[in-house]
Amino acid sequence: MIQKLGKWVDDRLPLSHFWNAHLAKYYVPRNFNFWYYFGSILLAVFAIQIVTGIWLAMNYKPSAAEAFNSVEYIMRDVNWGWLIRYMHSTGASFFFIAVYLHMFRGLMYGSYKKPRELIWIFGVLILLTLMAEAFMGYLLPWGQMSFWGAQVIISLFGSIPYIGPDLALWIRGDYVVSDVTLNRFFALHVIALPLVLLFLIGGHIMALHEVGSNNPDGVEIKTNKDEHGKPMDGIPFHPYYTVKDLFGLGVFLFFFAAVIFYWPDGGGKFLEAPNFIPADPLKTPEHIAPVWYFAPHYAILRAIPDKFLGVVAMGSAILILFFLPWLDRNAVKSIRYRSMAFKILLFSFVFAFLGLGYLGTQPVTYWNTLFSRIFAFIYFGFFVALFLVSKFETTKPVPERVK
Amino acid sequence: MIRAIFTVIASMTLVVVAQASEGYAIPLKHVSVDLSDKAALYRGALTFQAQCATCHTAKYMRYGRVASDLHLSDDQAKALLPPKLKLGDEMVSFMPADYAAAVFGVEPPDLSLIARVRGSDWLYTYLTSFYADPTKRWGVNNAIFPDVNMPDVFAAQQGVLEPVYTDVKMPDGSTEKRLSGLKPPVIPGSMPHEEFNSMVKDLVAYMVYMSEPAKMQRMAYGPYVLGFILIFTILMFFLKKEYWRDIKKPQS
Repeated sequence: MIQKLGKWVDDRLPLSHFWNAHLAKYYVPRNFNFWYYFGSILLAVFAIQIVTGIWLAMNYKPSAAEAFNSVEYIMRDVNWGWLIRYMHSTGASFFFIAVYLHMFRGLMYGSYKKPRELIWIFGVLILLTLMAEAFMGYLLPWGQMSFWGAQVIISLFGSIPYIGPDLALWIRGDYVVSDVTLNRFFALHVIALPLVLLFLIGGHIMALHEVGSNNPDGVEIKTNKDEHGKPMDGIPFHPYYTVKDLFGLGVFLFFFAAVIFYWPDGGGKFLEAPNFIPADPLKTPEHIAPVWYFAPHYAILRAIPDKFLGVVAMGSAILILFFLPWLDRNAVKSIRYRSMAFKILLFSFVFAFLGLGYLGTQPVTYWNTLFSRIFAFIYFGFFVALFLVSKFETTKPVPERVK
Repeated sequence: MIRAIFTVIASMTLVVVAQASEGYAIPLKHVSVDLSDKAALYRGALTFQAQCATCHTAKYMRYGRVASDLHLSDDQAKALLPPKLKLGDEMVSFMPADYAAAVFGVEPPDLSLIARVRGSDWLYTYLTSFYADPTKRWGVNNAIFPDVNMPDVFAAQQGVLEPVYTDVKMPDGSTEKRLSGLKPPVIPGSMPHEEFNSMVKDLVAYMVYMSEPAKMQRMAYGPYVLGFILIFTILMFFLKKEYWRDIKKPQS
């Protein structure tokens, strides 16, 4: 009976085809290490954000008069509201932790290189959309940091010559961040951007499954096939990587739950203390700091003396990632077989990114600005140096098969 | 290489988490808050109702929530409840906001979330660091919140502390008097020093509880959730090992 029903559906919908093409007969390199957990973890975090978001939206009121109250109502009077809210707020931070680690994996093992350029481009688009999603979500609690953070960031658009002021006005829908802004950010945060994310994630995975995964050795497993046409170094995603990723997800959820239950403020980084004061358009906080995941880009912005050029630099810091597949001209993918020069470059880049992340949360001082400039120089210098070094570096021989 | 990157990431995380100390005239006093001490929280709640609630609201908190979270008896709950109010009501003050604004110069802020904004150490230091300053509206000033418009509500219990000033050389060569410490009051308060500190400590503990009542729940559920995830993860570890037994490395 069940089998008949299954066949009936399968004749009309390619269910078993999908199952085989993407799970049971989708071949994946067998040598994935720690860094390869974050793809499936990100999918899980995305699902958590969607589900908790739906439940939050059931009780949240997107109006300047009620938003702050309704968040406290969720925290105190809604059954399990505090848990759902902390899952969502912690989820936002963990989303970025996982995204940054996932991208670092791509940099280390050259996962952006031919034939995976499009996967990387989808990835950078996901990063951009995620940033917009997080930025708009951060306005919704309508605390002091929500309000003034949005005020500062939207005013950046105002520094663009000619169209700037009108553009900022168009984004806000008002002369200051107001009820109107809150309403449209709510709409974009709960519907528009999640939909865009869903499509982009779909594209990311479809492009990935078309060419297959890279691996820590950077060896294409499709070049070594056995007599049945199966990659010799590949194993089916299901069940091997489904069980492995479930283990990885368990470890991740352990840390995730530890933060939710014991450290939801994240030391003032995940939930900032001034955000427990309702938004007050007449009282500017002493020190406006972006949430930690925007801090590197904010530090680059502040490092440039001119506001508009700062905005250009901040935008370029992300847009330059689109060109990475063509800036890196070396055919060797994995860091394991590349030169010391590349390792030093990548290490400096990561160090500069983390340094900028720290400085972006700190008040402006002489030393902070100086170091922000040095780190910003290293950040952009990485791409320039990579373009030059990758052409001439001496690499180690890449093995035929994965180790 | 990878290990080196890991070390750097770990050390940077520590730097980020470490909080920079702010420049107050006196160092913050540390207070440890124990939310499981329900009796202390109840004492704090009584102090709050007697001393703070006259002017300040705590509008996100309900009397009944305090009663159920602190396992209060009906009589104990009634002691918290102002006349004419019900347990389900939000905590209000009886001073009209415009009157308060006229008297104090600012509207007294709602205190529901103040502990999440300021932290327990700051609250404890603030409440115990009012000192005599005849130039101010209420004859007092505060060591870590200069020129605050709030009177010293504990002057009777603590006595009014005396300021210690030191001369600080300014860049232009002149000297300026700066607050550098506090000394005991000329006329002692009605409470012994220890007893007073303990009362403020209970009050701060109550305000920490009030800023996030869910903290009691999350602390209670935490071990079970983490335990469940741990068992799940261990099972998945062995399941993965079992499945992966047939994956052999090629002979090279």
